[in-house]
Amino acid sequence: MAKIVNFTIDGKDCIAEEGLYLVQAAKNNGVYIPTLCNYEGIKPKGSCRICTVRINGRLMTSCTTPISDGMKIESNTEEINDLRKAIIELLFVEGNHFCPACEKSGNCELQALAYRFKIMVPRYPYTFPQRRVDASNPKIIKEQNRCIMCKRCIRAIKDEQGRSLFAYKKRGHKSEVVLDPVLGLQMSDELARKAMAVCPVGSILVREQGFIQPIGTRKFDKKPIGSEIEMSQPTK
Amino acid sequence: MNQKIIIEPVTRVEGHGKVTIHLDEEGNVARTRLHIVEFRGFERFVQGRPYWEMPVLVQRLCGICPVSHHLAAAKALDVIVGAGTGDGLTPTGEKMRRLMHYGQIFQSHTLHFFHLASPDLLFGIDADPAIRNIIGVALKHKDLAVQGVMMRKFGQEIIKATAGKKIHGTGAIPGGINKHLSPEERDMFLHGPDPLNIDKMIEWSVAAVDFFKSYHKKNKDLIDNFSVFPSNHLSLVRKDGALDLYHGVLRAVDANGKKILNDVDYQDYLKYIDEEVRSWSYMKFPYLKHLGKENGWYTVGPLARLNTCDFIPTPLAQKEFEEFKAYTNGKPNNMSMHMHWARLIEVLHAAEMMKELLNDPDLLEGELVVKGKKQYEGIGLIEAPRGTLFHHYRINENDQVVMANLIVSTTNNNQPMNNAVNVVAKKMMTGKKEITEGMKNAVEVAIRAYDPCLSCATHALGKMPLALYLYDKDENLIDEFISQ
Ligand code: FES
Repeated sequence: MAKIVNFTIDGKDCIAEEGLYLVQAAKNNGVYIPTLCNYEGIKPKGSCRICTVRINGRLMTSCTTPISDGMKIESNTEEINDLRKAIIELLFVEGNHFCPACEKSGNCELQALAYRFKIMVPRYPYTFPQRRVDASNPKIIKEQNRCIMCKRCIRAIKDEQGRSLFAYKKRGHKSEVVLDPVLGLQMSDELARKAMAVCPVGSILVREQGFIQPIGTRKFDKKPIGSEIEMSQPTK
Repeated sequence: MNQKIIIEPVTRVEGHGKVTIHLDEEGNVARTRLHIVEFRGFERFVQGRPYWEMPVLVQRLCGICPVSHHLAAAKALDVIVGAGTGDGLTPTGEKMRRLMHYGQIFQSHTLHFFHLASPDLLFGIDADPAIRNIIGVALKHKDLAVQGVMMRKFGQEIIKATAGKKIHGTGAIPGGINKHLSPEERDMFLHGPDPLNIDKMIEWSVAAVDFFKSYHKKNKDLIDNFSVFPSNHLSLVRKDGALDLYHGVLRAVDANGKKILNDVDYQDYLKYIDEEVRSWSYMKFPYLKHLGKENGWYTVGPLARLNTCDFIPTPLAQKEFEEFKAYTNGKPNNMSMHMHWARLIEVLHAAEMMKELLNDPDLLEGELVVKGKKQYEGIGLIEAPRGTLFHHYRINENDQVVMANLIVSTTNNNQPMNNAVNVVAKKMMTGKKEITEGMKNAVEVAIRAYDPCLSCATHALGKMPLALYLYDKDENLIDEFISQ
């Protein structure tokens, strides 16, 4: 049996199995640490930095940091929340996110985080980049205007031989996540649906499936993101 | 020296407009124009978007009657997903959409009558603008103001129950609808505590028609003679000639009642209708092709609908319709101010339709969506509160929209509104040296009768010649800019 360790988050005494990633350890103790690029069941990447916390005085990402005994963690502080907010605002201004006509509205994690952090207007100027809509695949549409480069699809959507169907293309600010034109052709309906579910925003859309789920029944329509963790009973 | 009178912006219409009246040296009205100077661009920026986004995206044109755009787009996409051209939906799909639509007609018409038009009627068009507004109505005629608010609320709750939200919902999807009505919602609308139940709504709708009729009796001159000019009238009608606001064939009659468009399939609208662009307005001028630009213009909206249809398929509204028709001996009604009468008869019809639909078990269960063989072009028409609304889309093999054409109700009414301004201006302004508040408002009242939604009507981008003229104080042109 793994060793049980003691740690605190914002002064709250917590326990967890040693080696669990901090995000998970916090969740088991009923504490929500916001995440975006992280997805349960796939290897963490630590790329979005939304989950940043202060551990024993140092800023670290909680999705990639294993828990160990005696950690003193600060998460829900003004300073850290403002850092998180700044990241969310940056994501909004450097893409073209128009929630009103987006199929993911209500199921979108970026939108849900913006609501949770009460973002009314970003502090940075919009960049309105010129992005394209790749509608060439028979199963899905890749909407580059909304891609936040979290790489969840690259990590989670693989064929039977373990090859990723999505990949990075180009460099620097021109980088985009694209669907492999050859492997993409073999995508099953099931994998297409999974890809759409894995995408935290509305960048991967299953064809001809828009708006079938009514308003009011979507994931974040009634409760803010993270509230299910905060309302849950701590598990060990 | 010529005098130019500018009334800007026209208040209490949705969106923005500008009217110019040019007087000649004798002080007679030389020329009038209703300029639409807002600029949108929806037809252009929907290009490249996946087609199923249209009902949700294009409705953002308008915050007043988004449901009409939502449904017109969905109807066009029904064609694209192979669900037929109007009769192919499942009973649940069609009836839920109809309920949404009648809720919309009900709330929009009530908004217009109680909030926008009633101040003119209650206080007179000469009254001080400080009291001639909805606040004035609320202070002096509390019951009426409350009725207006509650009727609008009822319509909006119907929209919320069918579309998910009161404004900019998602209910209609290509080939049908995404939800049923719950039994709790139905019971609330049918038997909720007063006043928010359908029987009260019907009772208040009858009262609103009566209110107008008694007002009419006392103010015959204003209502009958304020702005009258011969016009063609166009709308959808059900195949048997009944008033139908959701679906039907296109019919037009001339000022004498002669059919000039005989119940044609609207999928062929381009055969019959064209649009003219004039340099001084962002709003196009549609006309019936076979009659030409000069004579082919037409009116749409409540008055046009009651002029084109043969009967109303609900009993209370039919009774009112008969009285309305009798007033002009069965001939088309060309009195602009009678638009209010027609609008209130439609309010009553919408209330009766909602009751009928709410009692229909198909709303609670049944298949929601049908699809068939994919098409690459689709046209959807609906009778929006302000009149016939056209949505036309073409898509490519990747499901992306490559062409969108929208003719909105207010655009259809462009020429009639211009005519109404002209008629009123000539009557009120000629020979006068000074512009009174009453005169200015008279022009606005004439426009307002059409309940124009000017923000919807200027959705186009890319085709419109944009012209800028720079004048000095004596109206000499000193610079100009014209883009093609
Ligand atoms: S969730 Fe940890 S870095 Fe993105």
